[in-house]
Amino acid sequence: MKAMMPESEVELARMVAEAEGPLRIVGGGTRAVGCCDGAVLSVAGLSGIDLYEPGALTLVARAGTPVAEIEVALAKEGQRLAFEVPDMRGLLGRSGASTIGGVVAANASGPRRVQGGACRDFLLGVRFVDGAGQVVTNGGRVMKNVTGYDLVKLMAGAHGTLGVLSEVSFKVLPVPERALTLACDGLDTGDAVAAMSAALGAPFDVTGAAYRGGLTYVRLEGFAESVAYRAGALAAALSRFGDWAEVAAPWAGIRDVAGFHDQAGDVWRVSVKPSDAPGVIAQAGAEDAMMDWGGGLIWLRMAAGTDLRARLGDLQGHATLVRGAPDTVARLGAFHPEPAAVAALTRGLRARFDPRNILNRGLMA
Amino acid sequence: MQMPAPNPAVLAKKPQLVTRLLQVLPRDAVIDDIAETRAYECDALTAYRCPPLVAVLPSSTAEVSAVLRICHDMGVPVVPRGSGTSLAGGALPTADCVILGVARMSQVLETDYPNRLIRVQSGRTNLSVTGAVEQDGFFYAPDPSSQLACAIAGNIAMNSGGAHCLKYGVTTNNLLGVTMVQMDGTIVEIGGGYMDAGGLDLLGVICGSEGQLGVVTEATLRILPKPEGARPVLVGFDSNEVAGECVSDIIKAGVLPVAIEFMDRPCIRATEAFAKAGYPDCEALLIIEVEGSEAEIDDQLARIIAIAQRHNPVELRESKSAEESARIWLGRKSAFGAMGQINDYMCLDGTIPVSQLPYVLRRIGEMSQQYGLGVGNVFHAGDGNMHPLILFDANKPGDLELCEAFGADILRLCVEVGGCLTGEHGVGIEKRDLMVDQFSQTDMEAQMAVKDVFDAKWLLNPAKVFPLDTSAARRVAAA
Repeated sequence: MKAMMPESEVELARMVAEAEGPLRIVGGGTRAVGCCDGAVLSVAGLSGIDLYEPGALTLVARAGTPVAEIEVALAKEGQRLAFEVPDMRGLLGRSGASTIGGVVAANASGPRRVQGGACRDFLLGVRFVDGAGQVVTNGGRVMKNVTGYDLVKLMAGAHGTLGVLSEVSFKVLPVPERALTLACDGLDTGDAVAAMSAALGAPFDVTGAAYRGGLTYVRLEGFAESVAYRAGALAAALSRFGDWAEVAAPWAGIRDVAGFHDQAGDVWRVSVKPSDAPGVIAQAGAEDAMMDWGGGLIWLRMAAGTDLRARLGDLQGHATLVRGAPDTVARLGAFHPEPAAVAALTRGLRARFDPRNILNRGLMA
Repeated sequence: MQMPAPNPAVLAKKPQLVTRLLQVLPRDAVIDDIAETRAYECDALTAYRCPPLVAVLPSSTAEVSAVLRICHDMGVPVVPRGSGTSLAGGALPTADCVILGVARMSQVLETDYPNRLIRVQSGRTNLSVTGAVEQDGFFYAPDPSSQLACAIAGNIAMNSGGAHCLKYGVTTNNLLGVTMVQMDGTIVEIGGGYMDAGGLDLLGVICGSEGQLGVVTEATLRILPKPEGARPVLVGFDSNEVAGECVSDIIKAGVLPVAIEFMDRPCIRATEAFAKAGYPDCEALLIIEVEGSEAEIDDQLARIIAIAQRHNPVELRESKSAEESARIWLGRKSAFGAMGQINDYMCLDGTIPVSQLPYVLRRIGEMSQQYGLGVGNVFHAGDGNMHPLILFDANKPGDLELCEAFGADILRLCVEVGGCLTGEHGVGIEKRDLMVDQFSQTDMEAQMAVKDVFDAKWLLNPAKVFPLDTSAARRVAAA
């Protein structure tokens, strides 16, 4: 069946209202995890930047706007989306153009999340169509806004299960003059996390801390002289862990989990307290592992079909099955099961925002 | 401003209610004497007062749960209260409610430097969170002006900001997890030491829900390493427009100050008369603070000064020492007190797109003439969060109403230019009836649907945030 592709918010609202069965919401189709059945409803037709004020660090775009288009517009003014949008195509074997609505739906956030915040922290406002086909506005285009409940945060990371995003607004930031990465070779996971914690706990504004292939990386950004000063001070502060040398930026690869591209097996994304990371990695028995966010985010490549959650037991955090065979995803569920009281709230919200249970049905359940 | 009439059925239940509360709380934690309940009759929005039916001061999550279960069972509304510093009436009682104060829950439960977090009971004051970690070089970033007194519980309820949130964000950006008790007594843990939600971002909607979704009893907060140092520069301009352009140019240049504060002439004059900080007599004044090592501060201030100089400032004063910094901040920090010396004032906090600053200030000036009430503006310019202070005389009949009408017009103007009613104080009762100017009925229905899920009987802080007629059906069904 041909995908529904509304070209306006009004048309989108009508299509949702008139839907007679479940809908599968897609933007560029590059980063969705899990699976759900339904008639495809593509938001790619709602495209374009509606407002961009560099002096106010504000950008408003329709949900189907390609991320690439936004990045080009921002780059012209020396600005960027500060949360480093991951490109999941290589990892998930997808093609197509990622849309900004999909980024928000997944709350997709890269290495800078550890210091600057996630997609949800830069998201100022949303417009969306709920499961009944009603258009809802929340938040706005200003940086400080506590007027009414913050449904903006709720929509970020809801994976289209509470509403179909039609417009999003962001706080954007200037691209710093210089970025510099220091690396230390040969630390084990425990020392790597300790080093990253020390780096993030030092007053030098570390904007990335990751571990991949035995190398521990930390990133500094800002004006050139300031970065040079902080690099020296940081290397000295971390000298007990080993020697720190400037290396080429590994961040795009870390952001996109490049090390797992074209490698067989399931891919899991585990969110934990950084100090728990070494233990989690040891328990997982993974084929390959890497850490971002100072240890707070672990990427694991596991033998196909492994129930990672069972291996991790009482995990203080959550594990998402990002890539796996359909029967594995069906058996284990892409998203981590929630405690009963939280699950009850989640269920209640879904029932209110999508009373007919038609939006990405069962995706996060 | 109206509040719903107290429910006589609830008022009649007071003796049974007190008896049941005393079964789960010690005697000194249940305040039912009419004279003593007066201590809880208002928050920092002192124009409105009403003693509660009863006030309770539980000491643990379990006690909070027991109290809420009783109130839920008996159909008694509950108004949660942190330290009672809300400027929006967030903790204003109704005569038929139980005030649930978290002031006795102020312990630090855990400090964890490797993971950069602290876990506290929610009655702990904002500044004392920083106090618990500063000896080890850390701090808690959100810094509302009431930080000496205000509680983390209230900060979470209102998603409080502060002068330094331009760089560090507001409460929601620094909150990792909560222990919350729902109205029916259910204790729920949301988030924790990890950085993102596994399912829906419930923490994101709980923060800023004005005590309407649950009572937060414990919070996991992000702490940050203290910067090596900080220093401001003060710049005076002879027009608001030029000052606004200067702010925009600084932001565009890629300098990220921790604070950009703006004061207009009425506010500068009042402040100068009061605090004698040595401010220039000019139309608009900016205080811009940057952080880092000494060399980094010098470098950033040099960049800012170069930008400011392109806008022909009438005064430019760079702090070179802690003493000079204190002097520059003195006036700004005294601004509210200074305005209070002149008269009673009402403090608004609408936010506008930064580009609309000159227009909005001009319109506020015109409205000030029309209403015949003075107004001074002091605000966080970097993020467009305004704080117009409208002067009025509380003893003059009709002046409060006139001031409220003027305030409402300013807030409508904020919405009209693309901003919002409140940037960091919250809606409470103060802006409740203006919600219709910012939101459609559908928008508010979506928000109220969240409350339906967390508090089906609409017993938690029910008469706030949503206009009374908008929430009437739900509140009546609950009663």
